[in-house]
Amino acid sequence: MSGTKPRTLFDKIWDSHVVDRMEDGTCVLYIDRHLVHEVTSPQAFEGLRLAGRRVRRPDATIAVVDHNVPTDDRRSGIKEEESRIQVETLERNVAEFGVPYFPLLSPQQGIVHIIGPEQGISLPGMTIVCGDSHTSTHGAVGALAFGIGTSEVEHVLATQTLLQKPAKNMRVAVEGRPGPGITAKDIVLAIIGRIGTAGGTGHVIEYTGEAIRGLDMAGRMTVCNMTIEAGARAGLVAPDDTTFDYIKGRPFAPAGEAFERAVAYWRTLPADPGAQYDREVTLQAADIPPMVTWGTNPEAVLPITGRVPDPQAVADEAAQAQMRRMLDYMGLTPGQKLAEIPVDVVFIGSCTNGRIEDIRAAAAIVRGRRVAPGVRALVVPGSGVVKQQAEAEGLDRVLTEAGFEWREAGCSMCLGMNPDKLTPGQRCASTSNRNFEGRQGPGGRTHLLSPAMAAAAAVTGHLADVRELA
Amino acid sequence: MQPFTTLTAVAAPLPVANVDTDKIIPARFLKTIKRTGLGVHLFDTLRYRDGEERPEFVLNREPYRHAEILIAHENFGCGSSREHAPWALLDFGIRCVIAPDFADIFHNNCFKNGILPVRLPRAVCDQLIEDAQLGGNARLTVDLARQVVVRPNGEEIGFDIDPFRKHLLLNGLDDIGQTLQRAERIDAWEAAKRAEQSWLPPVKVA
Repeated sequence: MSGTKPRTLFDKIWDSHVVDRMEDGTCVLYIDRHLVHEVTSPQAFEGLRLAGRRVRRPDATIAVVDHNVPTDDRRSGIKEEESRIQVETLERNVAEFGVPYFPLLSPQQGIVHIIGPEQGISLPGMTIVCGDSHTSTHGAVGALAFGIGTSEVEHVLATQTLLQKPAKNMRVAVEGRPGPGITAKDIVLAIIGRIGTAGGTGHVIEYTGEAIRGLDMAGRMTVCNMTIEAGARAGLVAPDDTTFDYIKGRPFAPAGEAFERAVAYWRTLPADPGAQYDREVTLQAADIPPMVTWGTNPEAVLPITGRVPDPQAVADEAAQAQMRRMLDYMGLTPGQKLAEIPVDVVFIGSCTNGRIEDIRAAAAIVRGRRVAPGVRALVVPGSGVVKQQAEAEGLDRVLTEAGFEWREAGCSMCLGMNPDKLTPGQRCASTSNRNFEGRQGPGGRTHLLSPAMAAAAAVTGHLADVRELA
Repeated sequence: MQPFTTLTAVAAPLPVANVDTDKIIPARFLKTIKRTGLGVHLFDTLRYRDGEERPEFVLNREPYRHAEILIAHENFGCGSSREHAPWALLDFGIRCVIAPDFADIFHNNCFKNGILPVRLPRAVCDQLIEDAQLGGNARLTVDLARQVVVRPNGEEIGFDIDPFRKHLLLNGLDDIGQTLQRAERIDAWEAAKRAEQSWLPPVKVA
């Protein structure tokens, strides 16, 4: 793959992982890291067992339970039978196939996309997969990371490769500096609002520009996490000193002299000058206000200063019908001010916004205030490590004294597979990633926003412009 | 995997864009450790209310209860990577989904399960949806070898498909088996990579 053509970050990672290329361009792509969780792996391990196959690289694989685990006291086990069976099945599988595993009660347990970077398992230049679409999160370290289905999980377990065709390159540049109170979540919601839920289909998105470079790793992870909500399987940010400082000293990262050799390699990864992208989109950070979704897909998003849109203003008949359906499901009236919509529940957590930086941002708004009467507010740290850190900083007390629930790590109310779910008609300000119908529980209504905005909703009892509280 | 060759069947019209995988199979049904049995929960919230069938939903009406083809609008299968979505479609009896475009991961997952996803322009999908609305006498034929969809009036509409995927689907081949034919190449590649990146520690939990 020498040649003189300038290459993008994606091109470089792709080229350096192609084991074989077939006539029609399908590649056998080597996978450096495979993250496994309880929901999308049982059928894959069963497939291996039936075919008499082994896990090719247990030392490139890590398993954890996150999707369906309860987030209250877990020392007495999991009460819900189906969830317990899934967790026990994973534990049997990792034991049988020799796969490294963070058990439910270990402090390393957490959401698979939080623990990968946190433990230094996800590193620049790697190919990283997991049976979960939000694997795009790990792209923040400068890796090619994407979600796969269970058949592909089995394929990676058995062969450490995937059959793939290269994606197209797309660059999303966020230029300039964001205004005060504007977070990575607002930036990525603005991007999705701009390009749409299928805007990135068939592409890998590289995020560039001063506003992206200025984000800490947590912020970059939030942006890359929601790349899939714009239809692109993977999002990435070129590794830089922010990345290397973050990785240094993490438990599974190279250390000492090995770290220096790794950094020397990682510095070769950013795009060459003049590298071509198939598609380019530019946003000005200064134009981005705090964002909130009003509908049932993530492109149905507006500035908090806006009003619920009017279907009559939409020309296309099918689009108008879809908007009516969304407003009906969400229980909203055209013209209603977004900042006056009352909420029943506030959820702070998920692989999008369950990191220590997110909890700090929420606590900063909550400090000295109380959760509004009638609102249920919960914080679910993304991992046991995040939880311990927050407790060491006293953030748990700030939040619980204000009336928040402080829970154990897991996916929780992002997808309502465990007991944390909305009841029909309940409205939730959520830091998660999907506002699909029924996502947080059947009939539940989701408004996606940043942790600071979620905290503002909790203390005011309605969607609110955090800039007025800060 | 069951091969996909030619299918002549009732097609169910679902003229909706952005049908996400939560809609195809809500997360609460993902707690299974099997691939089968999910058909009853396919499109659960659209299909049932308080445990009763919603008569207005297409798959609750004749002849669409027996549909093996589904026709929808843009960005079908967006959202989560859950393979439970194609498993639920397959368990219900759907072998082919026709739409203007598909979300990437769902599109991939279909091929692994013997489901053929066919991309056709929106106007053609709308025409096929009109055909499908005629009911049981208006069956569509999907011929993978010839890469055509045949309308009830005999008109043939061509579609594109990746040659490698077509080969696997036509022959019902397991792609792990295909890849393992290249095991020696993977071994050699891996050994070279390990030498080159000797700084990378293994994932090991005490």
